[in-house]
Amino acid sequence: MRFQLTDEQEALRAGVRALLARRFGPDALRAAVGRPGVLDRALWRELGAAGLFALRLPEAEGGAGGGLPEAVLAFEEAGRALLPGPLVATHLAAGEVAGAASGETVVTDVSGGLVEWLAQADVVRGDASGAVPVRSVDPLTPLHRAAKAARGATPAPDPVAVLLTAAEQLGGAARTCELAVAYARTREQFGRPIGAFQAVKHLCAQSLVRVETARAAVYAAAVTADRLDIATARLLADEAAVRGARDCLQVHGGMGFTWESEVHLFLKRAWVRTHRAGLNTYGDDTLAEDLLSGTA
Amino acid sequence: MELAHSPEEEEFRARLRAWLAEVLPTLPPKPSPGDWPARRAYDLGWQRMLYDAGYAGLHWPVDAGGRGATPTQHLIFLEETEKAGAPYVGANFVGLLHAGPTIAAEGTPGQRARWLPPVLRGEEVWCQGFSEPDAGSDLASLRTRAWRDGDTYVVSGSKIWTSHAEVADWCELLVRTDPSAPKHRGITWLAMPMDAPGVTVRPLRTLAGSNEFAEVFLDEVRVPVANRVGAENDGWRVTMVTLSFERGTAFVGEVVACRRLLRELARAAYDSGRWDDAPLRRRLGRLNAEFRALWRLTQWNVSEAERTGGVPGVGGSVFKLRYSHARQELFDTAAEVLGTGSLDLDHPWVLDRLSSLSYTIAAGTSQIQWNIVAERILGLPKGR
Ligand SMILES: Cc1cc2nc3c(=O)[nH]c(=O)nc-3n(C[C@H](O)[C@H](O)[C@H](O)COP(=O)(O)OP(=O)(O)OC[C@H]3O[C@@H](n4cnc5c(N)ncnc54)[C@H](O)[C@@H]3O)c2cc1C
Repeated sequence: MRFQLTDEQEALRAGVRALLARRFGPDALRAAVGRPGVLDRALWRELGAAGLFALRLPEAEGGAGGGLPEAVLAFEEAGRALLPGPLVATHLAAGEVAGAASGETVVTDVSGGLVEWLAQADVVRGDASGAVPVRSVDPLTPLHRAAKAARGATPAPDPVAVLLTAAEQLGGAARTCELAVAYARTREQFGRPIGAFQAVKHLCAQSLVRVETARAAVYAAAVTADRLDIATARLLADEAAVRGARDCLQVHGGMGFTWESEVHLFLKRAWVRTHRAGLNTYGDDTLAEDLLSGTA
Repeated sequence: MELAHSPEEEEFRARLRAWLAEVLPTLPPKPSPGDWPARRAYDLGWQRMLYDAGYAGLHWPVDAGGRGATPTQHLIFLEETEKAGAPYVGANFVGLLHAGPTIAAEGTPGQRARWLPPVLRGEEVWCQGFSEPDAGSDLASLRTRAWRDGDTYVVSGSKIWTSHAEVADWCELLVRTDPSAPKHRGITWLAMPMDAPGVTVRPLRTLAGSNEFAEVFLDEVRVPVANRVGAENDGWRVTMVTLSFERGTAFVGEVVACRRLLRELARAAYDSGRWDDAPLRRRLGRLNAEFRALWRLTQWNVSEAERTGGVPGVGGSVFKLRYSHARQELFDTAAEVLGTGSLDLDHPWVLDRLSSLSYTIAAGTSQIQWNIVAERILGLPKGR
């Protein structure tokens, strides 16, 4: 058993991280918030060229021939960077919708009764007719609510979409833990860095515990692609992302409550993702039913 | 990243399974929980069987008499023995997981030859005399004194919460040899025979009603200098070697057992009609996720240990924190399933619920673990 990243996987992760640091750093993030509802198509094509969407397509079809573990690592990085756009939907459409793999075509879908980035998408998968705009809580995720009829007919969520969303949540969770720690080391009160106070220290430590446990669950699900492993990954990653962002906000004090700080963006995106592919009560029930099944 | 086992690992598992199927039916009946001498005999008997079959000290280095197994093989061993319902490490815990590895790492050849084989063969039991009434979380402030008198140390003081003290032959003892040095620098590690004159053991009753640990009073106990492992006043460093063994794979069997219990809980909830209670069902589903994830985290940590070839590191603190709280949540949920049955001490889950309360205290409280994670992994400033 070698449940660790391979050298190639480490390199892939570093490569995606470097690309996103260069193309979607803090300034670009702020600029994106200033232009709500507009997707950077040049960046989208670059993501396509870098292989984010074609990652799992066979090499013969112009893909990278990667598997779920590679996709999970890339989406974890996207989550860390708060990269906007219907990334998961477009990735899933690669090889099925023309231009999706290369980043020429932006693809969104109807998922959990919502449609992300409808106005900017070239192709919508699912029935978005009659969808009405929502004033989205997340400034970087425009939302439409699907018409009632379409909502009722929601198909079972695609497990890969659930897994890649969990990977994004994991990346966001890891990043908010880092942001909290960085702030706790530099912000001083009572003549000491606030990170010297246990109340703050323990918030940070608890964040890390959630991240590392979720990481093991998400990576394992990427290896097995098992339905229950994916449900587990989702539950733990949602928890790590939402609570991690909340604790990060708390550690930042008044600064955490500002529009200017990026902390709220992590929390809001985490909230949006918990609704993707339907709320995670689906996962609770799946995991409960499993306990009554014969196999261990 | 992969979770599949190599053919060698699968062969190891198959051989182990076959052996377990053969020997477990030959075990004597389990002794009653309160009968410590019988428990000692039972645990040592099991250790002897492991030794005869070549499974003793699986994860110990070969030159210490161990098998030098890989961390993954050790994981398979712990998983399979638990699944087959084999006895726990029990009274052999300190010998196999604390004192033994410390002596293997820090002892002289003579010390290794004297103390390690009896642990592996199931002949001697060790206990751990670290904590004191005034030195718990702040272990380094311990005050039990040892003076040099020729070839012996004369030890006086008291230890507390010493598990298995009543049935132990040896105690890995931390004493203060230099009271004037900074607290971490004046400590020495000694192997003390529990039958030495001046040693008095007074059992303490736990909240579960059992006598699992004891106070140990030391009144001018004479311990040969030859029983010192490591240099005088270097005991803190020697001890850290031990403590890092205390975390990591220590809970593998328990996680397997918790996952089985969770299924029993769900079945009990179903049979009693409580399954229709959506919040309870959801709580069970979340626990399933929790213990599945803990199993994955174990596999991750074991693979990491295998990759780095090292001792389990502070990553063990992350696991211990998550696991000890999950275990308490598991038994609280069991109580919810049992309803008023949760007040009946004759139900085994009720005793387990009581003992689960020690998990966030023993071997470093959760608060101390959070400090460790914050300071050693996240690099936050040290508190006092
Ligand atoms: C079942 C069981 C078996 C044990 N077996 C053994 C054994 O075999 N050998 C042995 O040597 N010891 C053993 N112990 C002792 C165990 O290691 C100690 O109980 C533990 O280290 C805590 O010490 P304490 O009990 O003195 O609590 P204290 O240190 O007094 O702690 C009391 C409370 O204060 C908190 N606290 C203390 N310091 C800090 C701090 N710096 N920051 C934040 N919070 C703090 C703690 O978290 C805790 O909540 C055992 C304990 C139990 C429960």
